[in-house]
Amino acid sequence: MSATASLFWLARHELRLSWRDAMAMMTGGRRARLIGWIVGGLAVYALITLIAWFSIRPWVEAGALIDPQVLLVVSGMGLLFWAVNLSQALEAVTRVYYARSDLDLILSSPTPGARIFAIRAGAVFVATFALGVLLISPLVTALVFQAGWHWLSAYLLLAALAALSVAIAMGITRLLFHLAGPKRTRLLAQIVAGIVGAGFVIGIQAAAILSHDGFSRLAFFQSADILASAPDADSLLWLPARAAMGDMPAALLLLCCALAILGVTIALVAPSYGRLASAAAGLNHVRRRRHASAHAFAPATQRQALRRKEWKLLQRDPWLLSQTLMQLLYLVPPALLLWVNYGAGDGTFIVVVPVLVMASGQLAGGLAWLAISGEDAHDLVSTAPLSQSTILRAKVESVLVVIALVLTPLLLMLAVTAWPMALITALCAALAAGAATAIQLWFRVTAKRSMFRRRQNASRAATLCEAFSSIMWAGTGALWAAGSPLLVLPAIAALGVLGLARLIAPKNA
Amino acid sequence: MPAALALSGLTKSFDRPVVRGVDLTIAGGEFYALLGPNGAGKTTILRMVAGLLKPDSGAISIFGIDALADPVAAKRLMAWVSDEPMVYDRLTPLEYLDFVAGLWQVEPDRARRTAHELIDWLGLAPYANDLCGGFSKGMLQKVALAGALVHDPRLIILDEPLTGLDAGSARQVKDVLRHKTEAGVTVIMTTHILEVAERMAERIGVIAEGRLIAEGTLAELRARIGRETTLEEIFLDLVARGSQAA
Repeated sequence: MSATASLFWLARHELRLSWRDAMAMMTGGRRARLIGWIVGGLAVYALITLIAWFSIRPWVEAGALIDPQVLLVVSGMGLLFWAVNLSQALEAVTRVYYARSDLDLILSSPTPGARIFAIRAGAVFVATFALGVLLISPLVTALVFQAGWHWLSAYLLLAALAALSVAIAMGITRLLFHLAGPKRTRLLAQIVAGIVGAGFVIGIQAAAILSHDGFSRLAFFQSADILASAPDADSLLWLPARAAMGDMPAALLLLCCALAILGVTIALVAPSYGRLASAAAGLNHVRRRRHASAHAFAPATQRQALRRKEWKLLQRDPWLLSQTLMQLLYLVPPALLLWVNYGAGDGTFIVVVPVLVMASGQLAGGLAWLAISGEDAHDLVSTAPLSQSTILRAKVESVLVVIALVLTPLLLMLAVTAWPMALITALCAALAAGAATAIQLWFRVTAKRSMFRRRQNASRAATLCEAFSSIMWAGTGALWAAGSPLLVLPAIAALGVLGLARLIAPKNA
Repeated sequence: MPAALALSGLTKSFDRPVVRGVDLTIAGGEFYALLGPNGAGKTTILRMVAGLLKPDSGAISIFGIDALADPVAAKRLMAWVSDEPMVYDRLTPLEYLDFVAGLWQVEPDRARRTAHELIDWLGLAPYANDLCGGFSKGMLQKVALAGALVHDPRLIILDEPLTGLDAGSARQVKDVLRHKTEAGVTVIMTTHILEVAERMAERIGVIAEGRLIAEGTLAELRARIGRETTLEEIFLDLVARGSQAA
C-alpha cells in the first residue's frame, strides 16, 4: 500500500464498518436473530412479490400497452419516489460532514480529505440505490417473469436516480455551507430534506384536494385535465418513464448521464471537504451566550423543574425540533381539506380524523423518546431525591402538553365545523398519543438526545408497535367518524398491540 | 452518630462477579479515597451507593437510612459526580444549577445565593450565561461539581473527578472538596492519581477483583506492607498480593 490510503483500501474499510454496523443493528449481538431476519425478510419479500404479480397480471395480459396515460402515471409516481430518494440522500450527505465518529482520526491522517469524501459519497450512492432496489424489486421481479428481461432496465434507471440524487444533495449541501455557514447548514439541510421528501407528496395531495376534493395521488395523475396538458408520446420528457418500462437504451443513456454528473460533482465538491468537516467539528467548541432568565430560581415543584427543563431543551435544539415537527407537514393536506370542505358532509371527517390521530401518535412517539430515553444527564436525574414514577410522570406530562398545543388549533377548527367530530378526534388522538408514550416507556433505554435519528434502530419492535397502534387508533377514529359500529375492531386491535408491546418489552426497562 | 456510609456484604454480578461481599464503614466528615486497578469494581460500588445500580445482595446505609428501602430519603443527603460530566449542552451553568436545585427542592433564595457563590468559586462566572455545549471537559466537570454542591449534600461521591482537568482546574476542585470536608461533609472519591489520594484522603481503601483488600490511613497501609514507601508502591504491592490471593 502507498504512503497514503488508496481508494480501494478506504472503500474496504468503509464497507467493513457498514457491514458490521448493519449486522449489529439487525442481530443486536445475537447470531440467532440473523436467521429470523433472513427468514422473515424472505417471507415478506415473497408476499409483496405475489401481490405485485397479481396486480400487474391483467395489464400484461392486455398487451402491456404503453400510452400517454401510463407514461403520465409512471412519471408521476417516479417523481414521488425520486423526491423521497433525494430527501434521503440529502440527509446522508449532511451526515458525511457532521457525523464525528472516526472523522478526527481520518482527517488527522495524511490521507487527502477529498479521497475520503469520494468514498463516502460513493457509499451514500450505494445505500440510496440499495434502498430503492429493496423497494421496487418485487414489482420488477414480477414484470421480468411475466413480460420479459428488458424490464431489468428499471434497475438502471434506479441507479441513475440515486446518482442524480446524491449529486444534487452534494450540490445543495455545499451551497448551504457557502450561504449559511457550518452552524446553520445541518438544520437547513434537514428542513430542505423534509420539504423535498414530504413537500412533493403534500403538494400533489393539496392539488388533488383543491381540484378533486380527494386525497388520491393516482387519481390526480389520471385526471383528464392533467392528461390534456401532458406532452406528446415521443417527447424526451418521457425518457425516464420509458427507461423504467423496459427501454434499455434510454435507461443506459440516463445512467451514463447521471454517473457523469455525480463524478463531476464529487470532483468539484470533494476538495473543500476537509475544511468544511473541520469547520463543522469546530462548532462543538463554539460558545453561545444567552440572557439570564428573570424566572431563574423561581419556586417550582420537582415535576415542574423536570417539565421546564424538557421544554427548554426542545425549544433550544432547532435540529431536534425540526426532526420532530417535520411530521406536522403531513397535517397540511387534512387542514386544507377541512378548509375547502367547510360546512360540507361527513365524508371530509372520515379523511381528516384519522390523519390527525395518526399524526398525534407519531408525534407523541418521537417526543416521548426524547423525554423518556433521550436523557443527557441520566445519572443526575436518577440520583435526585424523587421516585422513578415522579420522573416518568413529569416527562410524560411534558410530552402531552406539546401534543395538546400542536393539536388544539386544528381541533378548534374542527369544533367550529362539527363539535362531535372534534370530540372524537381529541379522544382518539389522546389514546394514540398515550399508547405511543406508553410503548416508549416500556421500551425505554438510556441514550443521548443526539441519538434521536437512530432511535428506531434501538428497538424495531417498539417502532412497529408504535406505528401499528397509531394506525389502529386512526382506524378507530375514521370508523367512529363514519358512524360505523365496526370501530370496536381496530380499537380492540390497538389494545392488542399495546398488550403485545407490554409482553415483549424488556423486563428491566 | 450513624456512619455516613455503611456497606455490608455488598455483591453485584453482571456476566461475572464484579463486587464480592464488600463491607465498608465511613464516618461523617471523612475524606475517603477508593483506589483500585481498572475493572476492580470501584465505580460499580459507588453507583450502587448512589442508587444507580441495584446490588444483588447486601445492605447500604447512608447516615442511618437504609438506601435500598428508602432510596429517596437517602438521595436527599448525597450527590454523585461521575467521571463523564453529565450536563445538558443547551442549558447554561446557571440554568443547570436552577434545575438541580429544583430537583432537590432547595429553597429558591438559598439556591440562587449558593449557585452564584459556586459559580464564582469555580471560576465559571464569565461563562455563567453561556450554553454548556461549547465548554471544555474541565469546565463541564466544574459545572457538574457545582450541581453536586448546590443542594448542600452531606455525602459527596465522586468517580474520577480529576480526569482530564488541567492543573488549575484540578486545584480548584481539590480546594472545594477540602473546604467541604472541613465543613463536615463526607467525601468519597475514586482516583487513579495516587498523589491526590496521598495528600487529601484521611483513609484509603484498595479494591481488587471486587473485594476490599486493604483499608486504613496511609501510615496503616505502610505498616501493613512493612516498609516506608510511597502510596504508589503500597498500592502496587497490595494489588499484586490481592491478585495472588484471588
